[in-house]
Amino acid sequence: MVETPQEPLVHAKGLCKSFGSVQVLQKVELRIDRGLCMGLAGHNGAGKSTLMNILCGTLQPSAGSLHLDGRDMVQAGARWDVREARRVGIRRVFQELSLCDNLTLAENMHIASPLPGARWRQQAGALLMAQLDLIFPGHALKAHQLAGDLPIGKRQMVEIARAFVDADHPLRLMILDEPTSSLDQRSADQLLAHIRRFVDQGCSCILITHKLDEIFAVADRVVTMKDGRVVDDCLRTQTDRRRLVSAMGQKEDLVQSREKRPAVQSDARELVHIPATADSLALVVRSGEVIGLAGLAGHGQTALLVKLFRATQQSSSSSHKVGCQLSFVAGDRQTDGIFPLWSIARNMSQAALGGLQRHGLLDLAKERVLVDDWRVRLGLRTSDVNFPVLSLSGGNQQKVLFARALSADAGMVLMDDPMRGVDVGTKQDVYQLIQAEAAAGRSFVWYSTEFEELYHCDRVYVFNSGRIVGEIARAELTEEKVVHMSFEVSAA
Amino acid sequence: MSLSFLLQGHPSKSAYLRAALPVLALGGLLAAVFYRQPMAMSYFGLNLLLNLAIPVAFATMAQVVILAVGDLDLSIGTFVSLTATIGATLLPTNPALAIVVLLALIGVYALAGALVEWRKLPSIVVTLGLSFVWLGCAVLLLPVPGGRAPAWMVDAMRFKVPLAPLPIWVALGAALMGHWLITRSSLGTRMRGLGGHAAALARAGQSLVLLRAQAYALAGFFGVVAGMLLVGQATSADANIASRYTLVSIAAAILGGCEFSGGRVSPAGAVAGALTMTLAASFLTFLNVPSDWQIGVQGAILVLVLGLRAAMDLLEGRK
Repeated sequence: MVETPQEPLVHAKGLCKSFGSVQVLQKVELRIDRGLCMGLAGHNGAGKSTLMNILCGTLQPSAGSLHLDGRDMVQAGARWDVREARRVGIRRVFQELSLCDNLTLAENMHIASPLPGARWRQQAGALLMAQLDLIFPGHALKAHQLAGDLPIGKRQMVEIARAFVDADHPLRLMILDEPTSSLDQRSADQLLAHIRRFVDQGCSCILITHKLDEIFAVADRVVTMKDGRVVDDCLRTQTDRRRLVSAMGQKEDLVQSREKRPAVQSDARELVHIPATADSLALVVRSGEVIGLAGLAGHGQTALLVKLFRATQQSSSSSHKVGCQLSFVAGDRQTDGIFPLWSIARNMSQAALGGLQRHGLLDLAKERVLVDDWRVRLGLRTSDVNFPVLSLSGGNQQKVLFARALSADAGMVLMDDPMRGVDVGTKQDVYQLIQAEAAAGRSFVWYSTEFEELYHCDRVYVFNSGRIVGEIARAELTEEKVVHMSFEVSAA
Repeated sequence: MSLSFLLQGHPSKSAYLRAALPVLALGGLLAAVFYRQPMAMSYFGLNLLLNLAIPVAFATMAQVVILAVGDLDLSIGTFVSLTATIGATLLPTNPALAIVVLLALIGVYALAGALVEWRKLPSIVVTLGLSFVWLGCAVLLLPVPGGRAPAWMVDAMRFKVPLAPLPIWVALGAALMGHWLITRSSLGTRMRGLGGHAAALARAGQSLVLLRAQAYALAGFFGVVAGMLLVGQATSADANIASRYTLVSIAAAILGGCEFSGGRVSPAGAVAGALTMTLAASFLTFLNVPSDWQIGVQGAILVLVLGLRAAMDLLEGRK
C-alpha cells in the first residue's frame, strides 16, 4: 500500500455503481495523489470506464463518496456533473474521440472550452496550436483545418492537446483513456514525455492503456481492476509485468465445462482458411468446430466476422474463401437484429423464408411448424409466438435471433458477442444448443467479451490491434494466457 | 461574390467546386432567363423576377438553422403563413400585442427545440405536429383571405433601392446574416457542433437542451422575418399563403450545399438555392410551362444538382 503523508487530490471511498441488477463497481477505494501518474489496467468490463465516468462527472455513483481536497463532491445535495468536474480541474480524453467532423480545429477547441469575446476563433486556434506545439512538436496541423479531413492519428493528437489547454479552469487531474491507440510510435513517445512534464508540475494523471510498456514507462503507481474492484495497487517499482497480468487474469478455472465434448477431428472439412501473414497467425475453421475470438474489445474481432460474412456475398473479390452458407447473430440486437414491429414468429422465420414457399407465397402452416419447433428447443418463454417481439425480455429476444440464425440453412454461424446483457438462464440454454448443433456438424465462430464463454469453444484465437496473436486449444485455456496475449505490446 | 465566403475551414479544390455549385446553378438559370426574355435584364425586370425570393430566402435560413443542429423543420411553411396573417390582422390594429404574440411564437419554437432534445423526440414528428397548430391558429385569425398589411411595411417593400433592386440587397443581407450567425458566431459554431457530434458538447459540460432551444428560437426569428417580408409584399394574407415554403426551403437548403446530417450547412449557398428555386418557377412561366408541371421541373433541377454533387463526391472518393 502506498503511504503519502499529504492528503490526496481525489479520494474515492467505497464507490459502488450498478446498472439495473448488474453491479459494475463494488466498493472501489482509490486515491489519486498530487504530482503522480497512475497507470490503470484491467480487462474488458473490469469497471475502469465506469470509474472514470464517475470521476469526470458523466455518471453518479450509486453509493460511496468522492472526495476532492477532502471535500465530498457527491454527497446529498451536491451537484456532480461534467461542468462541475471541469470547474474543479478534472478533464478526460475519451477513447472514442469527441471532435466534431464538421468543425475546424479552432472551432472544436471553442466548443470544449468556450472563450468570450469577438476574437474567440483566433484565440482558440492559437491556444490549441501552442499546446500541439508543446506536446507534439512537428505536428503540421493548422487551426483552420476541418477535423473530418484529418486521419485518425492526427485527430487523436488534437483531442489530447485540446484537453490539456488551460483555457477556463486550471487543470489538476487529466484522465487519458487509451490515448495512444491511434498514435504512431513517435507521437506516443512525445505524449508520454509530456505526461511526465505534466505531473512534475504538481498535476495528476490517470493513464488507462492496454500497452503495459507505457504504464511501466511513465506511471508512478499501478492500479489493477477486475470485476468492478481494485485488486492491486502498488508503486511501479514494486511490480512487474507478470504480477500485473496475473492480477488482471486470475480466475478459478471452469473445468467442468471442459471435457464435455470430444475434440473435433483434425481431418474434418475446412470451411474457412485465412492464411497467416507476417504478423498474424492463420485462422482455420473446420466443420463441427466452435471457434472463439478473444482479446480486448474493438481489436478486430467484429471486423473479421463482417469480412467472413461479406466473403460469401461477393465471392470473387474477397481473399477470404468460405466453404458454406453463413448466418450472423448480432450482438447489438436493437440496431442490428430485431425487427421491432414484427411478431416473434416472423422475426424467427425471417432467414428461412426461402424454404417456406409454396407457389411463390409463404406457406403459413410450414412456418408455424418451424417456429413451434424452435420455440420448444429454445425454451422460449411466451404464450403466443404471434405477440410482438418487443413483448419478450432481452434474453428471450436474443433467443429469437439464435432461432433465426440456426433455422437458416447455414453451415456456419457467426456470433458477434451475442450474450451481451443476457441473463444466466438464457445463456445456459443457448450454450447447450450450440454444443448440440456443433455435434451435428455445424460450425460456430464466436466473438465473446466474457471470458467464461471461451470455455465452450474448441479453439480460441486471441486478437490484438487487428491481428491474430495467439491460438489456444480449450484444454490449455486460461484467462491469464488470453490477457497476456491481449496486452502484449505489438512487435513493431 | 468570392467563393471563400461560402466556405469555412481550409477548403480543398473540390470543396470550392461544391460551394460553387449553387452559384453556378443560379448563374446558369439567370443566363437562360435573360436569353429567353432579354427585357428581364433590367432593374425592374430583376425586381419582378426575384421579388418572391425575399421571404423564401429567410424561410430557407430558418431551415438551415434547424439542419445545422441535425433536425428537419416541417412546420416552417405554416409558421410563416401564421406570422403573415398576424402581420395582416393584429399588426395594423394593435402593434404592441402583435409584437408580444410574435415573440411568444418564437418562444414556442424554442420550447419545441428543448422538447426534441429533452425527450429525444424526432424533430420531424414534433414539427409536423406543430405545423397543424400553426395552421389552426392562422385559420382562426383569418378564416378567409384578407387583412391588410401596415402601410409602412408595404411602402418599405416597394422602396426603390439604388444600384440594384431590393431582392438582391435582401438576398445579400440574408446571406451575410446567416453566414455571420450560423457559420461565424460562437453560438452558431456550437449549434453546428450539436448537429455534428452532440456527445462532444455534452462531454464539455454544455447544456444540449438550452443549445437546441436557442437554435429553434433563431429559426423562429427567421420565420417571423420571412412572414413580415411576405405580408409587406402581398399587402394581405391568407392562412395558406406560405404552405409550400416547407418543401421549398428544404429543397433550397439542400440545393445550396446543406446536408441532412452532420451539421454541414452553408447559409450563403442556401440563399443562392432559394433564388434558384424561385427563378426556376419564373423561367418556366416564361416558357409557358403550365403551373402543374412547374413543381416537377423544380424537382428535376434539384435531382440534377444533387446528382452533380454525388458525382463530385464519387470522383473525390468520399463515398
